[in-house]
Amino acid sequence: MKNKINLFVISFFLVFCFVIFYKGLNNSSIYTPKNINKKNIPIFEAKDLNSSAYLNSKIIFQEDTFYIVNVWASWCAPCRVEHPLLMELSKNQSIKLVGINYRDNLNNAKKFINELGNPYFQTIIDSDGTLSVEFGAYGVPETFIIDKNKMIIKKITGPINEKIVKEIKLIIK
Amino acid sequence: MKILRIFMILFLFIGFSQSKSNEKNDELKNKILKNIRCLICQGQSVYDSESEFASSIKLIVDRKINEGLKEELIFEFLREKYGDWVIYDPILNKKTYILWLLPLLLFLLGGAIMRKKLKFTN
Repeated sequence: MKNKINLFVISFFLVFCFVIFYKGLNNSSIYTPKNINKKNIPIFEAKDLNSSAYLNSKIIFQEDTFYIVNVWASWCAPCRVEHPLLMELSKNQSIKLVGINYRDNLNNAKKFINELGNPYFQTIIDSDGTLSVEFGAYGVPETFIIDKNKMIIKKITGPINEKIVKEIKLIIK
Repeated sequence: MKILRIFMILFLFIGFSQSKSNEKNDELKNKILKNIRCLICQGQSVYDSESEFASSIKLIVDRKINEGLKEELIFEFLREKYGDWVIYDPILNKKTYILWLLPLLLFLLGGAIMRKKLKFTN
């Protein structure tokens, strides 16, 4: 009887360890923060890339429409890849694109926009990365979809693609 | 002369209390930064990392401390932005209860086995 109990306990322990390791090793080691709950947009003040004037979040997000906030930088290669899709999205009348220029050289940022086109109705400077943290970003590129109630309803980490563009168009419909 | 002396004492006192409060803020900042995971690094805290993400977080934490926010509120702010994973010390919730309760259960089980063994030998 005692041997049976020992055997059961050891087997249970081994199976438990196997399941834990099997599940753990199958998981990706790259963590992507999930955006499950809707969040309010942060209140901030930042410099405009073109005019250098200070703008606050109330002025930027004052219209009753969907907004897309895109965190980008001229040194970021994936930002270059997603740029044509942002240009395509900017043609849509139901959304306004806001660019957050992340830790960039301002001349390079302006060159980037002049070369590839400007999809943003407003581009603000985030020279120390703190504004991006307020949004919940941790790198570039990242994109946030903001609904008419000024809530962040979706966060996209990495460059957007055709599938995501379709998804965005469905959300704003 | 007397007034000058009083002024000097006051000046020294203010300088001393200022440096004490800065020291306290630095201690709190380091304590918080050591407990925040750098999300783009491998196994490093924000305190240890020199990455861009870490330096932005350091600035934010510094700003929040100067605004007078308490440690818990700063952790809450970061948890809201990046989820539970960003904090090294996980809170007790439905996802982490096994993590918190399993050591306690194993401890109790071990205690029970030892008690039984001791009883048996006596």
